[in-house]
Amino acid sequence: MDQPTDQPMDLHYTDAQEAFRAEARAWLDGHAPPPGTLPSLDTAEGFEAHRAWEAELAADRWSVVSWPEEFGGRGVGILEWLVFEEEYWRAQAPLRVSQNGIFLLAPTMFEFGSDGQKARFLPPMASAAEIWCQGWSEPDAGSDLAGIRSRARRSDAEGGWVLSGQKTWASRGAFADWCFGLFRTDPDAERHRGLTYFLIDMATPGVTVRPIPQIDGETGFAELFFEDVLVPDDRVLGDVGRGWNVAMATAGSERGLSLRSPARYSRAAERLVDLYAAVLERDPDRARRSADAVARAWTDAEAYRLNTLWTATRVLDGGSVGPEASANKIHWSQTDLAIHRTALDLLGPTAELHGDGTDAPWLDGYLFALAGPIYAGTNEIQRNVVAERMLGLPRG
Amino acid sequence: MHFAFTAQQLEFRDAVRQVLAKECTTADVRRAYDTAPDRPADSPRWATLAELGVTGLTVPEPQGGLGLGLVDLVGLVEEAGRVALPEPLGTTTGIAVPLLADPSVGGTPPTPTALLGDIAAGARTAAVADPRWPDAPVPGADGADILLVTCVGADGPELHVLDGAQTAVTPVASLDPTRRLGLPVWEPSAATALATGDAARTALATSADRAAVVSGAELLGLADAMIELTAAYAKDRHQFGRPIGSFQAVKHLLADARVLLEFARPVVYGAAWALDVGVPDASRSASAAKAYASDAATEAARVSLQVHGAIGYTWESDLHLFLKRAWALGEAWGSAADHRARLLQSLLDGR
Repeated sequence: MDQPTDQPMDLHYTDAQEAFRAEARAWLDGHAPPPGTLPSLDTAEGFEAHRAWEAELAADRWSVVSWPEEFGGRGVGILEWLVFEEEYWRAQAPLRVSQNGIFLLAPTMFEFGSDGQKARFLPPMASAAEIWCQGWSEPDAGSDLAGIRSRARRSDAEGGWVLSGQKTWASRGAFADWCFGLFRTDPDAERHRGLTYFLIDMATPGVTVRPIPQIDGETGFAELFFEDVLVPDDRVLGDVGRGWNVAMATAGSERGLSLRSPARYSRAAERLVDLYAAVLERDPDRARRSADAVARAWTDAEAYRLNTLWTATRVLDGGSVGPEASANKIHWSQTDLAIHRTALDLLGPTAELHGDGTDAPWLDGYLFALAGPIYAGTNEIQRNVVAERMLGLPRG
Repeated sequence: MHFAFTAQQLEFRDAVRQVLAKECTTADVRRAYDTAPDRPADSPRWATLAELGVTGLTVPEPQGGLGLGLVDLVGLVEEAGRVALPEPLGTTTGIAVPLLADPSVGGTPPTPTALLGDIAAGARTAAVADPRWPDAPVPGADGADILLVTCVGADGPELHVLDGAQTAVTPVASLDPTRRLGLPVWEPSAATALATGDAARTALATSADRAAVVSGAELLGLADAMIELTAAYAKDRHQFGRPIGSFQAVKHLLADARVLLEFARPVVYGAAWALDVGVPDASRSASAAKAYASDAATEAARVSLQVHGAIGYTWESDLHLFLKRAWALGEAWGSAADHRARLLQSLLDGR
C-alpha cells in the first residue's frame, strides 16, 4: 500500500531530471539514425540492423537506464526512465527489437530470478546480444491462457526438463535467440497450478521455428514447435508449478507501466496535430470534419501521460499496480487506434498508398495499432478483469 | 515530479466524505428537490462544511480562510459530486472566491474583502454567470447571496457583483431542481462594477478555466457514484438465475465507464495543479479536464441507466438524482466538444 507523503503535488521534473533529459537528448541527437532509415525489424535484415542499434545504445548505457549498473543500466528511477522515453520518441529513434526482453521478461526476472539467472541473462539482454521472444499462446490457448497444453517432463537422467508442444503468435519469434515460455509440468494439478516458466535457448535441438507472415506481409511473429527440447534446471524462472504467478507479473508489465511509455502516444498525437494543420491548409472543410477526433486523440494521449505519472508516483511511494494494469492496457490500445484511425481519415484518398515518399508510416502505424486490442490479453479479457477486480462484479 | 495528493489533503477529503455520507444521503437530496431553504447558506450541511473549514478553503487567510488552492479543493468538490450535494460548494469556493480574490478585481461596496469573509464563515453562497452565454439562466442564482454577473460594455467584458438579497431573480425550472437556475434582473452601474476592460478580460478568462476544472471535479464524483451504485445493483439483481453483473455484456459496459473515469481523474488533478502554479498551457489543461470529465460522467450516466433497466427510469430509483446533475454539469462551463475545439485551437496556435 502506498504511503501518502507531505510532498506537495508537483508536475515539474526536478533540475536533476531535466539535466538527465539534456544528457539523453544530446546523446540521441548525436547517435540516433535518421527517422525511418532502418529496415523493418520484422525482416531478417532489419532485425540485425535494430540489434546493432541497440548494441550502440548499450555501449553508452542508454539501453536500460532504470536497471542497476551491474547489469548494464544507470540505476535511475522510473521517472528518469519516462524522461528518457520522451527523448527517445522525440528523436524518433528505432523501435526496440529487445522489447519483449527488456520491458517484459526483465521486470519478472528482477522479481523472481536467482542471482545466477540475473547475472547470466540480463547483461546480454541489455546489449541485445540475446534477443527474446514470448512463448505463451498456443493454438488452443489464447485468451484462455491457462488452457496451455505444451508439456515439460522432468528427466533425472538428462538432468533437466524435456519440453514438447506448440506455441504460436510469438512476436519476434522468427529471429529471436531466446524464448520465455509457459509449459505444463503437472498435468494432474488444477490448470492454473501445474504450469512452469522456462527460459529456452532457441538454438537447442528440437526447436523448430515457422515464421508467420502478418497482415502487412512481414514476419513479425512465428509458430514455435518443441520436440523433446532439453532445458536445464537453472532455466526455470520462479518455482516449478508456480508459472502462472510468474507469468502474471510479466502480464502486469505488459499491460501496466513498462511496455508502452506515454511518450510513444504523445509523440504520435503531436504528429497528428501537425497532419491536421497541413490538411487544414489544403482542404479546410475536410480537415474540420476530423477536428473533434484530432482533439480527442490528443487528449487521450495526454490522459495516458498524466495517468502514468500518477501511477509512477504511487509506485515510488510504495504502492503497486494491480488490476489498474488492465484499465491501462485498454486505454493505450484504444488511444493508439484513435490516433492512427484519425490520421487515415485526414489523409483520405492517399491513406492507402504504401510506397516510398507516401504517408505509409500512418498506415503501418494503424496496422500495428489494430493488434493492440488483441495482444497482451484481449481487451475483452481486460474488461472482465476491470469489472471483476475493480468493481467487484461476480465471475461469469 | 510528485503527482499525488498529500497525506493532509487526503485526510481532509476523507473527513468531508464521512460528513457528507451522513448529512447528504439520497433522501436528503430528494428533500432538496421538494423543499429547499430560501438560501443554501441556511442549510445545516453548509454550516457543517463551514465549521470544517471547507467553505473558506480558498478564501485568503486575512479574510478568515485557509488560503489554499484548487489542488486542495478538487478532492473535496469530487466528494460533493459523489453525494450530489445540493449546495453550491464548487461554485462558491472554486469559482466565486478566486474571482473575488483576483488582484485585478476591485470595486465599491460591498467590497470583495467583506464578501470573502462571509463566505469563509458560511454566511453567504455565490452564483457565477458564464460570460459566454449572457442570456442563459444562471445556475444557483435562485437563493444565492452573491451574484457574479457579466455584461459587455464599451471596453469589452465587465464583471459585476450583485447582492442577492437586493436583486430580483426570476427562477427558471431545471430538470434538476437543485440547480436553482435563475435570471437576475439588473442594470450595470459603477456601484456594481468589479472589473472592466483588460482587468475583466483577464479575470474572466482565468475564471472560466477554474470553472472548467472545478465542475470537472464534481463530475468525477458523480461518475464514481453512478458506477458504484450500478455495480451494486448489478450484483444484486438476478435474471436467468444469476446476478446480471456476471454477464459480460453488462460487465463490459461498466468496465469501459470505469476506465474512462480512471483516466479522467489525473487529467482533472493535473489541471488543478497547472492553474494553481500558472503554467503557460494551463488553459489547455483545463479544457482537457472538462472534456474528459464531461465525457466520463455522461458515459457513466448512459451506462448506469442502461444497466439499471426500467427501474433506473423511475422517480423511485436514486439514480436520477445523479443523472440529472451529470447531464447539467456536463454542459455547464463548456461541453466536452466546446473544450476540445478550444484545445485544438490552442495546439494549433502553439505550433
